[in-house]
Amino acid sequence: MADNSVQQYLDLWRENRELLEAKAPAFMNAARHEAASILAATGFPRKGDEGYAEADIDAIFGPDLGVNIARVPFRVDPSGAFRCSVPNISTLTGFIANDIFAAGDALSHRLPEGVKVCSMAQAWQENPELLEKYYNRIAPQANGAVALNTLLAQDGVLVHVKRGVRLEKPVQLVNILGGANVPMLAIRRLLVVLEENSSIKLLLCDHSDDVQPNVSDAVVEVHLAAGSNLQMYDMEESSSVTSRYANISVCQERDSHLLLNVSTLRCGTTRNDIRVSLDGEGAVCRMSGMAISDGSQLADTSATVLHNAPRCVSNQTFKYIVDENGRGAFQGLIRVAEGAHHTEAYQNNRNILAARTATMHTQPQLEIYCDDVKCSHGAATGQIDPRAMFYMQSRGIPQSEARTMLMQAFMADVIDGVAIDALRDRLRHLVERRLCGIQATCGSCVPAQAMKCVNKEAEDD
Amino acid sequence: MENILLKVKNLKAGIEGKEILKGIDLTIRPGEVHAIMGPNGSGKSTLSGVLAGDPRFTVTGGEAVLNGVDLLSLAPEDRSHEGLFLSFQYPVEIPGVSMVNFMRAAINAKRKYFGQEPLTASEFLKLMRQKREIVELDNKLAGRSVNEGFSGGEKKRNEIFQMAMLEPKLSILDETDSGLDIDALRIVAGGVNKLRTDNNATIVITHYQRLLDYIKPDYVHILYKGRIVHSGGPELALELEERGYDWIKEETDRKN
Repeated sequence: MADNSVQQYLDLWRENRELLEAKAPAFMNAARHEAASILAATGFPRKGDEGYAEADIDAIFGPDLGVNIARVPFRVDPSGAFRCSVPNISTLTGFIANDIFAAGDALSHRLPEGVKVCSMAQAWQENPELLEKYYNRIAPQANGAVALNTLLAQDGVLVHVKRGVRLEKPVQLVNILGGANVPMLAIRRLLVVLEENSSIKLLLCDHSDDVQPNVSDAVVEVHLAAGSNLQMYDMEESSSVTSRYANISVCQERDSHLLLNVSTLRCGTTRNDIRVSLDGEGAVCRMSGMAISDGSQLADTSATVLHNAPRCVSNQTFKYIVDENGRGAFQGLIRVAEGAHHTEAYQNNRNILAARTATMHTQPQLEIYCDDVKCSHGAATGQIDPRAMFYMQSRGIPQSEARTMLMQAFMADVIDGVAIDALRDRLRHLVERRLCGIQATCGSCVPAQAMKCVNKEAEDD
Repeated sequence: MENILLKVKNLKAGIEGKEILKGIDLTIRPGEVHAIMGPNGSGKSTLSGVLAGDPRFTVTGGEAVLNGVDLLSLAPEDRSHEGLFLSFQYPVEIPGVSMVNFMRAAINAKRKYFGQEPLTASEFLKLMRQKREIVELDNKLAGRSVNEGFSGGEKKRNEIFQMAMLEPKLSILDETDSGLDIDALRIVAGGVNKLRTDNNATIVITHYQRLLDYIKPDYVHILYKGRIVHSGGPELALELEERGYDWIKEETDRKN
């Protein structure tokens, strides 16, 4: 007998199976049965389980949450609400209201030939082989939160770039959570497939309202074929009552390049599981992230890089600032498989504890099953350098301002790693505002209040 | 009325419960240069740190008044606004904070303190350019992070550059000569001399006579075991250079 937190979802599926499957494409339905068995068997990890020093996944999914099985649309008005606080960032934007995708004009009509950003349901009509081939094949299977997603997902978003096609202009997907009068669980699914020598830049933004303690369960699967190049930025700015679980899994083939930045600027409780598998020779993965956690927020990220092929390069840099009663956690793992000769793998975690009541848990790990590799990892947690503080104050910079400047400086290398100029500027600005204590809605994306439930009835499961 | 810039009376201070300054008296008038010399461990850097508000030190008694303002009750940043400047013996490296942002924050904080509008970007850059020339500071250094990767000489020049930007009433140069070769010493001392006016004053803390060949003091004080045990004119520094500190130690220890 599964725990109650798990059982409620198994029951929900059994009782609503017909409705749920009627509204979803067949490839999604085909994966549900196994997902149910996995979920029943594994349950959700709890705080203290191996690899879960802080985040309690069972507690995130435990409450009675509304699931939008009837697919009631939530209306967003992108044109009215889209305001950008930093100019010059021009993106092709789509919105995901809870778990329903609205492509909008840009993604429907303005993408070049060979680039497709559409709902999985639509993709299923046009290119079923692609979904059969990659859907639910990249994400880890023995994971309760992923299984829950697979069990209940009714649609998702596909980003597909054909061989040799390169899109310069970033594609932005704005996730908005909220708008209902009960706590909601949004099941989000994103599949990114880059064919040989293609490239694209993806910006994922998470926003939520603070009306209900909503939860999102996002599974992102990425397949990078030989020579392809993906930049993906995942920026969370959720309200303090929101919980987020996100699983980002990437498979990289020969000579593919990934630049991945997963940053938690503001959140309630967040757990990110990132796993990049370097399966083809010469693949390169640059991964970074930052988290600013105060109040009683929890920012918890687990990053795993699997070196399965020779001559791959990976580099991870994660930085946290934890203040007040905030908590931060980082689990980092580099695993170099047998035969992955000439691997270069680096991992670095640096954290500032800005208050005595703040806590940080870090666990850097390195597993090497191959000689002839260059690997390093390191973690350090400390306070703001008191000598630097005094130096700045002695020049007349007030203590609070000096503190903000030092924290901003601490994040500089993560921010500088962003390869889109306008996004880098915006991020710098957002971090500055965040550290100044200004309510940091980035202003660029839609406020969750702009989203309204069309039909109040259908908020229930 | 007597014109006094800094008045230190019976100042006592220590670190981690250990008393280092055991009653310092010092009076400085505008236009003067005071040298404070003394053997290692006598309390020279403690004195400069205490006046600037270094939180490592605890004041246990006495007072320090700058231009009529009780210095010891002010936060370090307000001491700076009131006209105190400390050139650090070991300037701190601050990766990620550019010299430009650092200096702009400092200048504009001071302006705010006196109810003035912040400088515009072009006013500020013009000011930077003017002041840089005083210590021949390379423009490239101004674009880098504060002191990061600077050589010893560049760090000290950067200190004097900041002093030029902030136009303090009282500057304390803490071992500014340490780690400098003769050319750098000449540039740094030259910068200090260019900044001297009849209205400001300088305290030069040093081990050696060498720096005083370039920055000529009006008064020389010898600090030993937390007290000023000898004060005199510039000739005292020359005497120290010749005779060392031993006679001072003997003389002082015999009295106690």
